[in-house]
Amino acid sequence: MAVESLGSAPRVKVAPWNDPVIRGWVFQIVVVGLVGFLAWYLVSNTIDNLQRQKIASGFHYLEREAGFEIGDTMIEYSPASTYARAIWVGILNTLRVAVLGIILSTLLGTIIGVGRLSPNWLLSRICSWYVEAFRNVPLLLWLFLFYKLISEAFPGPRQAISLMWNSVFLSNRGVYFPVPMADPIHKWMGLAFLVGIAGAWLVARWARKRQEATGQPFPVISASLGIMVGLPALVWLAGGAPHHMSWPELKGFNFAGGTVIQPEFTALLVGLVLYTSAFVAEIVRSGILALHKGQSEAAAALGLSRGQAMRLVLLPQALRVIVPPMTSQYLNITKNSSLAIAIGYPDLVASINVTINQTGQAIENILIIMAAYLSVSLSISAFMNWYNKRIALTER
Amino acid sequence: MHADSQGAWRGLSIDMCRATAAALFGDASKVKYIPLDAAKRFPALDAGEVDLLASNSTMTLSRDAGADFAAIYYYDGQGFMLPRKLGKRVVGDLNGSTICIQPGTTTEANVADFFRQNKMTYKPVLIESVDELRTAFFAGRCDVLTADLSNLYATRAAYAPNPSDYAILPRAITKEPLGLAVRHGDHQFADIVRWSVYAMIEAEEYGITSRNVDEAVKIDNPVLKRILGVTPGMGKALGVDEKWAYNIVKQVGNYGESYERNLGANTVLKIPRGLNNPWRDGGMLYAPPIR
Repeated sequence: MAVESLGSAPRVKVAPWNDPVIRGWVFQIVVVGLVGFLAWYLVSNTIDNLQRQKIASGFHYLEREAGFEIGDTMIEYSPASTYARAIWVGILNTLRVAVLGIILSTLLGTIIGVGRLSPNWLLSRICSWYVEAFRNVPLLLWLFLFYKLISEAFPGPRQAISLMWNSVFLSNRGVYFPVPMADPIHKWMGLAFLVGIAGAWLVARWARKRQEATGQPFPVISASLGIMVGLPALVWLAGGAPHHMSWPELKGFNFAGGTVIQPEFTALLVGLVLYTSAFVAEIVRSGILALHKGQSEAAAALGLSRGQAMRLVLLPQALRVIVPPMTSQYLNITKNSSLAIAIGYPDLVASINVTINQTGQAIENILIIMAAYLSVSLSISAFMNWYNKRIALTER
Repeated sequence: MHADSQGAWRGLSIDMCRATAAALFGDASKVKYIPLDAAKRFPALDAGEVDLLASNSTMTLSRDAGADFAAIYYYDGQGFMLPRKLGKRVVGDLNGSTICIQPGTTTEANVADFFRQNKMTYKPVLIESVDELRTAFFAGRCDVLTADLSNLYATRAAYAPNPSDYAILPRAITKEPLGLAVRHGDHQFADIVRWSVYAMIEAEEYGITSRNVDEAVKIDNPVLKRILGVTPGMGKALGVDEKWAYNIVKQVGNYGESYERNLGANTVLKIPRGLNNPWRDGGMLYAPPIR
């Protein structure tokens, strides 16, 4: 062997069982072998047992009729739909609460975190009480509390509280409000909205360039909002302004027509947002405190107001510290949303549980649920890592 | 079934165990009770941990193929409970209602099937924990609570803020015959269990109660004499003492007495007998003749 170790001492001849290289290889092979054997044993044992008990395996059941009803669906669904559809309804419900939860808890958490640093004694106290209260009580208890509050505090549908000239109804069945009747123009309005987003992005880019060149600021936010709202509105007007609404009205047991935000969804979302924003607040606060004091002093010296300093100088730098731990919080929201089962929100876990109960195919269903959470979590991680890289300090 | 304040087990299914012991040993108290949860009960029977399963188990083909159901002692079925003020009297009125359901059993599939067959719609609220489900129903989150009728009666009696505000619709949408199961192939023991239940049903049909059974043995009626062992032969055929049925009625009572004591109008449950009436009164209790 021509390899010479450091210090060029000649390689000492040792017995093979004392040679660290050989030993290392032996250990690696043994460990890999053991893990492989264990995996093989578990899989083959499972398949054997399933065959012996004559339990069907495979994913063919996904094509079969589900035969159960789901209380809250974003897409068309009936008991005559397939199991695959029922699981998809569950995934969409999980995503809905997770996405809204992430957005709202980021907003609320940032406000609370910044508020905790406020020189106003009362405001900073309130914010720190908030953080301590929400992060020190288990989320499940918060969910139970909010769910009970909604179902106990609001009246039944027949005594519903009506708001806005009898168009919005609050009851323990949820919030009912009118929606426009389905119309082909809605598809085009959606398209116009997407175009509006692209337009807003272009405006923002142009405004940044102009400000860098001339120093003149441009009201980007109101301009962007104008484009995003204005374009769909123009399409709506061009399409003859269809204005037929579906109004909620009491019919039999409950309201019919309009649309509803159900109490289970509200309780879950409120619980997740309030709980997670306490953690987000601490992350934001630590991110800002991690900055050197000179940053805020320099901003003040430039004549920026406290708000401008926070928005333009401190937060952008703090983001570098904030983003990595924030990723964990976003993942937590997604996974914690599975506590929905306790208060009856029909999320992915609920759909899968019913499917397992009816088909008996536990292994396949557990694989589906793991794959679903894994792909959602990995997507969030990938996005956050990309974002983190983008805002990372670029050294010139 | 439940344990009373002295720690003794009480209930209709407990009485079935006591009747079997009275027939077998002449002493209704010679039973050892072992509480089991739903998932473990059939394996426990199979493993010989218990000899008789009296745990509100619905008799089905697949279960009967694994164990042996000796007798059906209660006819249950999935039903609906709702506030009386809604004014709905029949199952067909439930179109468009919101229904609280506990997931994890066949309950929700039964509801879905029933509503589809009748071209009705509903909104389910599925809550895993029974306590949370109950609270949600009594708080008005759902119009209707569904479960087995016996369960609904028990829930109403024990948890409703005011039990008389809630109605339980008379019609059941499924058949849930609760049976007594013995180990597969345990034929002689199955016979004893089966005829112990029949003896209680026969005793009610012929008006023999725990109070009048000592007079009944003196009556010159061939049927009563055969049942109560005054004319020997029945006990020998079954492989037990000739006074087996006498012991059951004397120590446990007839079916009607047991029902009234455990579920009837004078108990908190107040479950109408319905299907569990003797056949002459329009129910399903029909014992083959003891001869």
